[in-house]
Amino acid sequence: MIKDSSKVPTYDTLGVIERVNRFSKRSIKNSSKIAGLKLALSMIDLTTLEGNDTKGKVEQLCYKAMHPHDALQGLPTVAAICVYPSMVSIAKNALQGSKINVASVATAFPSGQSDLKIKLADTKFAVDQGADEIDMVISRGKFLSGDYQYVYDEIIAVKEACGKAHLKVILETGELETLDNVRKASEIAIQAGADFIKTSTGKIQPAATLPVTYVMLDTIKDHYIKTGKMIGMKPAGGISNSKTAFQYLIMLNEVLGEKWMNSKYFRFGASSLANDILMQLVKFETGFYQSANYFSKD
Amino acid sequence: MAKKNKYFKASWSYDPAPESTDHIQLQKKYDLYIDGKFIKPENGKYFETINPTNDEIIAKVALAEKEDVDKAVKAARNAFKSWSKIEPKERGKYIYRIARLIQERSREFAVIESLDGGKPIRESRDIDIPLAANHFFYYAGWADKLEYAFPNRNPKPLGVTGQIIPWNFPLLMAAWKLAPALATGNTVVLKPAETTPLTALKLAEIIRDTGLPKGVVNIITGAGKTGANIVNHPDIDKISFTGSTAVGKYIQKTVAGTHKKITLELGGKSANIIFEDAAIDQAVEGIIDAIFFNQGHVCCAGSRLFIQESVADTVIQKLKDRMETLIVGDPLDKNTDIGAINSKRQLIIIENYIKIGLNEGGEIFQTDCKLPSKGNWCAPTLFLNLSQSHTIVQEEIFGPVLAIQTFRTIQEVIEKANNTPYGLAAGVWTQNGAKLFHLSQKLKAGVIWGNTFNKFDATSPFGGYKESGFGREGGLHGLKPYVKFE
Repeated sequence: MIKDSSKVPTYDTLGVIERVNRFSKRSIKNSSKIAGLKLALSMIDLTTLEGNDTKGKVEQLCYKAMHPHDALQGLPTVAAICVYPSMVSIAKNALQGSKINVASVATAFPSGQSDLKIKLADTKFAVDQGADEIDMVISRGKFLSGDYQYVYDEIIAVKEACGKAHLKVILETGELETLDNVRKASEIAIQAGADFIKTSTGKIQPAATLPVTYVMLDTIKDHYIKTGKMIGMKPAGGISNSKTAFQYLIMLNEVLGEKWMNSKYFRFGASSLANDILMQLVKFETGFYQSANYFSKD
Repeated sequence: MAKKNKYFKASWSYDPAPESTDHIQLQKKYDLYIDGKFIKPENGKYFETINPTNDEIIAKVALAEKEDVDKAVKAARNAFKSWSKIEPKERGKYIYRIARLIQERSREFAVIESLDGGKPIRESRDIDIPLAANHFFYYAGWADKLEYAFPNRNPKPLGVTGQIIPWNFPLLMAAWKLAPALATGNTVVLKPAETTPLTALKLAEIIRDTGLPKGVVNIITGAGKTGANIVNHPDIDKISFTGSTAVGKYIQKTVAGTHKKITLELGGKSANIIFEDAAIDQAVEGIIDAIFFNQGHVCCAGSRLFIQESVADTVIQKLKDRMETLIVGDPLDKNTDIGAINSKRQLIIIENYIKIGLNEGGEIFQTDCKLPSKGNWCAPTLFLNLSQSHTIVQEEIFGPVLAIQTFRTIQEVIEKANNTPYGLAAGVWTQNGAKLFHLSQKLKAGVIWGNTFNKFDATSPFGGYKESGFGREGGLHGLKPYVKFE
């Protein structure tokens, strides 16, 4: 737990923006581009988090996860399906026989404004339904009022309720506003036992941004130097095309490097990214951009 | 070699992404631009300009000797009569036109700049060329407003100005010198550096295309001797020089006792100071920008790094990690961070300083990058275990070599930072605003950057203290060296 918040490293926003702009200027071509596209596809947490999600919708999404685009040979599947707790068992059934994980949001997602008991029950329900990964939200209100201890204890409790399921901790950086807050929240989450830290719920704007993700990666890096323990990273929301995804991958490559360049340690929380990646891959195969209608919208 | 940290090694290697050179137009041979046209040098001599990445000849360029300098000065003197009298707003129109043409042809200029000088295309594309255009735009605006720049002082042009520019930012330095000289009604004889004459010659083509009255700008090429001929020419009213302190001293001695005015922008050994309360990660990035920008061929490069002892280990470790991710190689590749050393001669100078650093007991760290076999290359280098008395702490290296020292208190670092014959620039990294302002008053340097480094803007004056020169370029201040008051 953060004993002295003045000891937490600070960030200069303009400096961070300048740095991430450099990542956006890398030019990725040819075979390195194909490798990057496939890697990005394999890192996707294909997501549907809507009030109107149904069995049918989730089953269709699961089929898409297993068969991103059968016309192309040698494609990886996505890493996971991300749904609400009530959809976990449906997804679990639909994904049987595949290696795709089921991730469930929990802890009064997306606001987190509920009692800890209810949050734990929410988590346990999702785990009992078969969730392999839990995406929890932190209590931003408590965090912003300076009650770091509460936030820390809550994550520890949820982590325990997760059992064997992996825990991703959503900071909802759009509500934390400053990069220094993002750093603090990242440290709290990591020290409380998060397996992954995640930017956003996708319900608040801005969702994932390059500067915020940079600060989180930097926190992961410092933690690794100090303890040797690797923490995963998941930017979520707003990453809808491969160009943007590449900026994140380049940043990952140049900040954390090869050990993190896989779906075990990096995920994209996205819904429409997959089709854009597929379109790019087909372009490499055929030399043409096909109409978006050639790619299934599930 | 020092121990290297491979924890964070990048695994995804990017395929080459070279900027195309199909679209550039270069001649095999360039003449002197005098009196509105390209003419052959009197003695018929030419020299070669070399691509520093592969030692291949790009073009032959005329060597101007005394007679040619004379011709250029005559043309400039002749043109001065009418150029100093035309409506100021007309002067402005020509300068705007130059700016727009540079913008239109920016891609071509960027590629040629990288080809001839070895700097990464990312820098020539995003920094050199846009800034050069900005400089012309900015000073074009002043042309008809000089009475507001110097109220009640009746500013008048000086006459013929001789301008000698360096090889590190060829087009940008030409813009720094030409734009204010033209805006104030002077005429110009400009000499680019002998290793990087091409963008100045392309600029001559643009100037010809703008219809600028003949003789207002004359661009002649050659080496030190040509420069000396300009400096010594009796009919030049002002010398403006950017380059080494040694040459600057020579120029000042030469013009002593003449009517010539001078401005000098010379070398530097600028301090970059990291306090424990800095945003460390951005400070590390700032160190990289300060010393590895343009392979360290920057007069204001942050070549002396001072780190507060309490964070020294962290900063040095992060710096080494970051250095390992720098991509060194083909300047025309869009992913290149560090390009080629500008010339064989400069490479020898840098390598010699590295040797001196080792001989004097410095601890070296160089990144593990693969350097091409042909051409002039130097891996990003830093030295530890240094004190103020080490040669590489005192002397300007003008390459990607960083000298690192630590300090304990504010007083100590101010003293050390000022303990140099130079005074061009300094960088201060702290999240404490009061500390930043305190240092900005105590450091004897022309430019102080706070939480950033190597940032330039046409509206902002640039220049040095002490042996880094005098006179300012850029901004309102940049007009003053080109006017007299009556």
